[in-house]
Amino acid sequence: MIELVSTERCTECNICVQVCPMNVFDRVAGAAPVVARQNDCQTCFMCELYCPEDALYVSPHTTGIEPVDEHALADVLGSYRRAIGWSKPARHLRGNDRSYQLLPPA
Amino acid sequence: MAGDFDTDVLVLGGGPAGTWAALTAASGGARVVLADKGFCGSSGATAAAGTGVWYVPPDPAKRQAAMDSRDTLGGHLADPAWMARVLDRTWHGVNEIAAWGYPFPLDQDGAPRRNSLQGPEYMRLMRRRVKGAGVRIMDQAPALELLVDEHGAVAGAAGVYRQKDAAWTGRAKAVVIATGGCAFLSNGLGCNVLTGDGYLMAAEVGAEFSGMEFSNAYAIAPAFASVTKTLFYNWATFTAPSGAAIPGASSKGGRSVIARWLQRGAVYAQIDKADGATQATMRVAQPNFFLPFDRAGIDPFTQRFPVTLRLEGTVRGTGGLRIIDESCATSVPGLYAAGDAATRELICGGFTGGGSHNAAWAMSSGHWAGRGAADHARASGPVTRRAVHRSGGAALVGGGGFAMDPQALVRVVQSQVFPYETNYFRTGDRLEKALTVLDDHWHEARRASPAARSEASKAREAVAMLATARWMYRSALARSETRGMHRRLDHTGTDPTQRHAFASGGLDKVWVRPLPPVERAEQGLAA
Repeated sequence: MIELVSTERCTECNICVQVCPMNVFDRVAGAAPVVARQNDCQTCFMCELYCPEDALYVSPHTTGIEPVDEHALADVLGSYRRAIGWSKPARHLRGNDRSYQLLPPA
Repeated sequence: MAGDFDTDVLVLGGGPAGTWAALTAASGGARVVLADKGFCGSSGATAAAGTGVWYVPPDPAKRQAAMDSRDTLGGHLADPAWMARVLDRTWHGVNEIAAWGYPFPLDQDGAPRRNSLQGPEYMRLMRRRVKGAGVRIMDQAPALELLVDEHGAVAGAAGVYRQKDAAWTGRAKAVVIATGGCAFLSNGLGCNVLTGDGYLMAAEVGAEFSGMEFSNAYAIAPAFASVTKTLFYNWATFTAPSGAAIPGASSKGGRSVIARWLQRGAVYAQIDKADGATQATMRVAQPNFFLPFDRAGIDPFTQRFPVTLRLEGTVRGTGGLRIIDESCATSVPGLYAAGDAATRELICGGFTGGGSHNAAWAMSSGHWAGRGAADHARASGPVTRRAVHRSGGAALVGGGGFAMDPQALVRVVQSQVFPYETNYFRTGDRLEKALTVLDDHWHEARRASPAARSEASKAREAVAMLATARWMYRSALARSETRGMHRRLDHTGTDPTQRHAFASGGLDKVWVRPLPPVERAEQGLAA
């Protein structure tokens, strides 16, 4: 589930509020959004992909609240976005889907 | 009112099927509105998970082989004419996606490989195309009920903006239901959005289902995580807590063995059959598969991890709204269905559409439903000022007296549909018992007072899951045999006289009736 909205990184663009398919975030005037409905989080990691500041962290655990230390996560923040080629230095990875080598023939 | 609008075609759901429907309807000149419960681009199973695609070149031998390959698994219920049609449409659809700039990879010979779609990339592109086609997208705007005219034809929908405490009412000449299947909030990847909402709305206007007994797909996932992507488990060894390999357990053809062992205790997996090169390919092919492991500090190639089976219901099952013709019309005038909201028996019979068949179905049925809805709208002429009324029942209108507790209702439904001993391995007795519980709760839900606007979406999700479970289990009772994914411990054989689909429907009283068998030229596809 979503465990972190980094107030250090967040620029209050509220894209996460808009894109979360489960509507877990709430907008806050003049501040970073808050996780208002954590139990509704479906651990789909989509918010991380759409966050331009890599300010969000989704824990892999589907249940149980798990306090996290933002600074210990420095390498993890943005790692999914990089892996699919959605952050600028990693653009070349967008066309790198090698699933065809693993899928059974149709 | 500020939330009111008038359009030709209203598409409910913004996943692959809904976006294809919206695009096709708009390209034919229709005015189109697309309303998504979440966000068109991130909502649904495809965006989060990604998918293979049933993409087969137009070579008659290859097409025939593709059609034959799943026919036995599906219990010979699929319709060869529909399979051929979907293969053809998918070929064109995927090539269109490529032309729009989707970054399909090239293989070592420089040839494009187009049988896999990365979910976020695909759905971001589809959103852009839909917007570019002039479709108005309403995000975070769950539909709650359909509008019908005095003749019973569908005339729009009504819903809420869930971030604004506001309501919307949209009149439309035709509506496409593309709200996905129902996975019962089982925490499968991207699947908690999929709660059968469209099924409920459609049933309330009298639409019919087909194949709802094929609704017990369970996907392998790490026990702690949401990632229900099963391809890489083809390289796994499944073990008991002792470390001993479980005989017969496998992702394909041995998943029921895993279910049996999970009934008794923990089951572990390790992706130990992938060599170094395959491991590297897996990592670049599907980065989301590795998120749970990397973040939990597990190396899935060298370490065992506990697994579970998460119910994916009709998302990976094949049941859904019954399609009556090639335009993906339902049995109700003005109402069309596409994607997992519609039955996929036409191409998969009674066995899971997996990712690739469902992806092909979503783009094909979305395309046809969008065109069908636009044609219907055009033929209707200027009828939008007709008198319409709301059709929603449970949780929207009610007897009053007590408030529904959606969370409690969800837990009840889950207690009847999650257990392997009820749903994976079915018997008449257990299905009857579950139906008694579900029917009682249905009648209670009907007596509850209407939900407040802020609660209405969640209340309707709970009611939709409840209704879906009842169509599933009534259909499962009617099919007194084992076929496709439907497994009856009290009828272990396949009954040649039941080689046909079952339609179902109804709310206060759920009904099931046999449909005529598909007519087939019996050459390559004989039972």
